[in-house]
Amino acid sequence: MANANAAAMDAAGGIGESKLMAWVRANLFSSWANTALTLVVFYVVAKAVFFFGSWGIFNAVWIGTSAECRAAKGVGACWALFPEKWRFILFATYPFDEQWRPALSSAIFIGLYFFSAMRANWNLRLPIAWIAGLGTISVLMWGGVLGLSFVPQERWGGLVLTLILSTFGLALAFPLAILLALGRRSHMPVIKSMCVVYIELIRGVPLISLLFMASVMFPLFLPEGVSIDKLLRAQIAIIMFAGAYLAEVVRGGLQALPKGQYEAADALGLSYWQATMMIVLPQALRLVIPPMVNTFIGLFKDTSLVLIIGLLDILNAAKVAVADPQWRGFGPEAYFGVSLIYFVFCFAMSKYSQRIEVELNRNKHR
Amino acid sequence: MTASPAAAKQGPMIELKALNKWYGEFHVLKNIDFICERGQKIVVCGPSGSGKSTMIRCINRLEEHQKGTLMVDGIELTNDLKNIEAIRREVGMVFQHFNLFPHLTVLENLTLAPIWVRKVPKKEAEETAMHFLKRVRIPEQANKYPGQLSGGQQQRVAIARSLCMKPKIMLFDEPTSALDPEMVKEVLDTMVELAREGMTMICVTHEMGFAKAVADRVVFMDKGEIVEANEPEAFFGNPQNERTKLFLSQILNH
Repeated sequence: MANANAAAMDAAGGIGESKLMAWVRANLFSSWANTALTLVVFYVVAKAVFFFGSWGIFNAVWIGTSAECRAAKGVGACWALFPEKWRFILFATYPFDEQWRPALSSAIFIGLYFFSAMRANWNLRLPIAWIAGLGTISVLMWGGVLGLSFVPQERWGGLVLTLILSTFGLALAFPLAILLALGRRSHMPVIKSMCVVYIELIRGVPLISLLFMASVMFPLFLPEGVSIDKLLRAQIAIIMFAGAYLAEVVRGGLQALPKGQYEAADALGLSYWQATMMIVLPQALRLVIPPMVNTFIGLFKDTSLVLIIGLLDILNAAKVAVADPQWRGFGPEAYFGVSLIYFVFCFAMSKYSQRIEVELNRNKHR
Repeated sequence: MTASPAAAKQGPMIELKALNKWYGEFHVLKNIDFICERGQKIVVCGPSGSGKSTMIRCINRLEEHQKGTLMVDGIELTNDLKNIEAIRREVGMVFQHFNLFPHLTVLENLTLAPIWVRKVPKKEAEETAMHFLKRVRIPEQANKYPGQLSGGQQQRVAIARSLCMKPKIMLFDEPTSALDPEMVKEVLDTMVELAREGMTMICVTHEMGFAKAVADRVVFMDKGEIVEANEPEAFFGNPQNERTKLFLSQILNH
């Protein structure tokens, strides 16, 4: 009935407003059940917007002391936390006067992401940029040269720690995953079973327990006097974990590739590695961009689990920031701020993956 | 193009002796004896499931045989990877579903194996590729992707891709079965041309017109056996076996 009305109005060439009314009637109020549902949803959304507006904006304390925040508690948000605590959240326990160094390092990381995202740079420039970038970051973070004071790894933290863990985590887990996926499909029984055992074992335990083992149990196996620093151990645990997950994603791509592609490569006389590098992987990896990015995004956020072994990444720095007796109780605000940072990174990854997927699959369309 | 120095070698190009293959319990190839002389063109036909594709896929080890011997150009096909590679360099194959590499341009499809397997310099490989693209009459498509071509064009690219490796033998595994009817002719014309130039060819096909035009021998297979093999005139004019007669009546009268 409503649809008929809408059609009639369209046919009559109704002006913009009446079209809108027709659309609303046809889609939101077409029956009693729909009308009820529309009203309920409308009420909930309005209530949420109203609450966030009054709590987060109109009654919020933007600038002020913790005492002023406390006075407004329950009524308005305490954004005044950030002018006070942003340095700790972003850089954690890095020496206060040297915090430009992790800031610059984070900027270099982000710059490298942008640089790598551009396809025009997918050549020799890419490894050179990364080597130069990572070299600069190491010098900045550790110091001890060029007049920079030495900062031990135990004092690193905040955003740069999150970026270090996820960048190296992904960059090294990815080749590991490819080898594992290829190994799992190998005809050689020893290699195949080793890969299967590795993948199933690592996938079968939580990341937290891997980090815990890396932190607490691993040093027990090292000879006396030898120690590998905590960050490196956590990093290795993350790489091993992400590698196992990604391996299954990559294997999905390998299996989705038509058998004819392998046969054509064989028939032309290409060796296993030639066929793998030039025919199989370029196609298989394109097929699995969406689940791969899904894993990337998951891993980016999972790096915050290094909390368990006492590393202060950005989320845990925020947690510690609101443990300050002066600011205790303002956790929601701190977490909201950090969530925004996570969201920006994850959303950028997601958007970029959609674009690159379209670009790389262009040859499939006529 | 086919006159390589090794053509001076003696003996048949391909020789299968008492070849047997099983898929688990299923006996696909039963005591196959088959000889293809140098320069010979052989058409293999038979009902589906008769083992004809499996037989030619054994020749370049896309399928493994379990019993009997298989010689290609004097090299015995064994589990030795070296022999397999040597044979694959000599044998080109064209598939029913083309199996072009969709992520590479036509030109890249043609130059990849010559550059990486035969170690031909890139420029020379591209010249050879353009030469064969002209021969299959689609040089203007060189920089397109396979997905942008019609089925008939794709199959001609696939033929050119095999030829770029300068093989001594070409295997065709139902090259026209996946094509729309109006594209069958352009692919068959290319194959006829190739046959006229003296290429050794084994074709699994149901195109009996092609068999009559170029084949030196026609082989009929059924249930994993070679039932009958003869020159095309005798094969079509005076088939001996009942199964051959039945098959021919089905395929020619529809």
